[in-house]
Amino acid sequence: MVRILGPFIGLFFALGALWAFANGAIADAPVLAQYGHFTAPTAETVFHKEPEALRLQSDGPFGTWNKEQLQRGFAVYDNVCKACHSLSHVSFRDLEQIGYSEAEVKAIAKTYQVPHYNAATGEVATADGKPTDHFPPVVYAGQGSPPDLSLITKAREGGAAYVHSLLTGYADQAGYKNDKGQELLKMFPDIKTPDGLHFNPYFANLNIAMPPPLTDDAVTYSDGTKATVDQEAQDVAAFLTWTAEPSLVKRHQVGWAVLGFLLFATVLAYMSKRTIWAEKEH
Amino acid sequence: MADEATIDAPGTESGEGVRRRDFINVAAVSTAGVGGLFVLYPLISQMAPSADVLAQSTTEVDISSIVEGSGIVAVFRSQPLFVRKLTAKEISEADAVKLSDLRDPQTLEQRTKAGKKEWLITMGVCTHLGCVPQGITPEQNRGEYGGYFCPCHGSQYDTAARIRKGPAPRNLDVPEYAFKSDTVVKVG
Amino acid sequence: MSFPWANEYKPSHPLMQWLDEKLPLPRFVYNAIGAGYPVPRNLSYWYNFGVLAGVCLVLQIITGVVLAMHYAADSTVAFNSTEHIMRDVNWGWMLRYMHANGASAFFVVIYVHIFRGFLFGSYKAPREMIWLLGVVIFLLMMATAFMGYVLPWGQMSFWGAQVITGLFSAIPIVGDALHTWLLGGFAPGQAALNRFFSLHFLLPFVIVGAVILHIWALHIPGSTNPTGVEVKSESDTVPFHPYYTAKDGFGLGVFLLVYCAIVYFAPNMLGHPDNYIPANPMQTPAEIVPEWYFWPFYAILRSFTFDFFFIPAKLMGVMAMFASILVWFFLPWLDTSPVRSTKYRPLLRKFIWFGLLPCVIVLGYCGGSPAHEPFVMAAQIATAYYFLHFLVILPVVSLIERPEPLPFSITESVLGKDEHAVLGQGN
Repeated sequence: MVRILGPFIGLFFALGALWAFANGAIADAPVLAQYGHFTAPTAETVFHKEPEALRLQSDGPFGTWNKEQLQRGFAVYDNVCKACHSLSHVSFRDLEQIGYSEAEVKAIAKTYQVPHYNAATGEVATADGKPTDHFPPVVYAGQGSPPDLSLITKAREGGAAYVHSLLTGYADQAGYKNDKGQELLKMFPDIKTPDGLHFNPYFANLNIAMPPPLTDDAVTYSDGTKATVDQEAQDVAAFLTWTAEPSLVKRHQVGWAVLGFLLFATVLAYMSKRTIWAEKEH
Repeated sequence: MADEATIDAPGTESGEGVRRRDFINVAAVSTAGVGGLFVLYPLISQMAPSADVLAQSTTEVDISSIVEGSGIVAVFRSQPLFVRKLTAKEISEADAVKLSDLRDPQTLEQRTKAGKKEWLITMGVCTHLGCVPQGITPEQNRGEYGGYFCPCHGSQYDTAARIRKGPAPRNLDVPEYAFKSDTVVKVG
Repeated sequence: MSFPWANEYKPSHPLMQWLDEKLPLPRFVYNAIGAGYPVPRNLSYWYNFGVLAGVCLVLQIITGVVLAMHYAADSTVAFNSTEHIMRDVNWGWMLRYMHANGASAFFVVIYVHIFRGFLFGSYKAPREMIWLLGVVIFLLMMATAFMGYVLPWGQMSFWGAQVITGLFSAIPIVGDALHTWLLGGFAPGQAALNRFFSLHFLLPFVIVGAVILHIWALHIPGSTNPTGVEVKSESDTVPFHPYYTAKDGFGLGVFLLVYCAIVYFAPNMLGHPDNYIPANPMQTPAEIVPEWYFWPFYAILRSFTFDFFFIPAKLMGVMAMFASILVWFFLPWLDTSPVRSTKYRPLLRKFIWFGLLPCVIVLGYCGGSPAHEPFVMAAQIATAYYFLHFLVILPVVSLIERPEPLPFSITESVLGKDEHAVLGQGN
């Protein structure tokens, strides 16, 4: 029964798939003939840019935190980003991990207003933040709601490099050319960035709602580093790498210990296997 | 091939070779055992209080609203904390008790801060099996000794929250605390 | 049931003798994975993956039970509780990464294990039941993995749940009602998350039960081996312990090295960035991709882009996706060749290595790529081959193929001679 029906069922599905292939080929043929490509080019496919490489001290299996940089990055968040973006998975107490003292963390927490539900009155009232509080939500009365930044470097393809490129990648759309020298508005004259949006080739659809957030000297670094836009973008990208994965460095350290132990154990297991099989041809 | 021993010792082998082989096998199995122990550590450790719970281990309590003879129930480490302002009568009652009559001998002085004898700050957790005793406000049942009364198994505490009667083994615990000002106490 | 020359369990310690009388559990283990189980002496490293799969199952259950101590199956806090595990729970990041990558490791191991079955004809009589139970285990694993991926309640969790449960709405007449019933609502929400958590916790233990049956069924005929020739005499076998415990121990070490390298140094390599965005029912991600181990099946699903006669494309895709696994149930009866191992089946061997394997790789690659050309067209060709391979090529090849000469026995294939062979010819 199986042997009689089987081939028919196989042919049924195979022909179904080939039927779809043939129909698809007929539909795609004109596009392929016109563009040499299966889909017609769009502004996104031609002009979207992959993030530029960014080198951070936390990169790679031996990466460690650069606490000065993380503190500078926090300063950027604290002075610029926090106006629109929350950091809700991070607690103020976590900042001790990037080198702030208990007292400094307390002082930082106090500058944030954290909403608390008061069971006695049934109301939500804001109070000065405490080290145990999480960074407060940001109520944003604009279009759309800006994403929470806690996990942003894990939630975007390219991670920290993407954050850095996006923050430094704003460009003037008029006369913008990609690396191949193609000019956007000549190829796609209809793709004008709408009012209220900002042209940025690193953003998926090229037009981002966030205005260029960083300017030179938007923050004053306490360690005296010069606050250029690129420096600020690098620092905040490093800081957001930490907020997304505070356990990163510990993970690497534990990882080396585990791999070392496993290597030793595996060599022993191999020797043991060799001795046990020594007399046995197989 | 009845068991391991005969497998490891074919007739032609010298004793030396056998010992070396045994050593490798024992070492391999022991290493695996050590690895197993390493794995146990995070599995056990994950059940201990997490970082956010540990961070909650201090609480500040505002005591400005408390009137003499009554008290409030604050929360410390997710447990009730009794903050009570004693009357002069309650203080003298507590001081009048002979230490030798007590199951867990302590004076009111030892259980309060110097110069703040009227502020009795204890955990609201019965030392018997962890119920919350009654008596923080005068309307509640304060038991025979005017302190606290635990409804679960009838433990009775006096005005210094010392155990006087019933199954509880110890006085109500006094947490670590300090007066940050006349109206704010930092517990923990 | 075993070979007559199997070692017998003889406890020497009085306590073990007492235990053997009251509850012969040590005897059971001894006969199952100890010195009492005679195994062909010529098993290759392909045969390590059964034990590795068992290790993966245990690993997933242990880390999973531990994660469930901290996870909250509530759609408002599930995402936050996952981050709580990553940030605040002691070693939580490690346990979660072990569990998430453990699922991938489990599928890698199980795919090699299944491919081993194709290569050496492990599904053929008298081992049909082992194979059938194996396919059941695989289906249970897919269900468990799918529901586990929903739990963090990120964007991919949510939209994965939306799309996969949506498959059931393709069923004529009852489809929509079934879809709503599965979710306990009209879209994934609190009800769906809670039941997925419950089932995600339950199913692994069902898998344990199925695995016990799988191993039980294995011990009746005993293991296959790369030659596919059945065990004939004692010289064909070695006791499982210490020979294969030692070999499996070494294999386990290598496996753990690779697995831990990923857990500690690239734990998000196999995940999707969108799952670090909390679920948002109002916004679909740019492209919905399931976990990599579903990609081949996802590609088959998406291959049916046009109605086939009177059958809607959606139904066709769903039927094909389920059929692509269900076909495995019939393998023992589709393959009629008297020879088990493809080592001696030159034609089928070529079809497996140069047909089936590339076909599944293409399907996997296309399933993980966006749903546009050329990926859909490539997947359509591969899908056609996939069904032809199992349902047309395999039965036809097993009829027309001329197998190469088999060795008389396992011993002969190993030593080049076997004194039983002479006796065998004399008889």
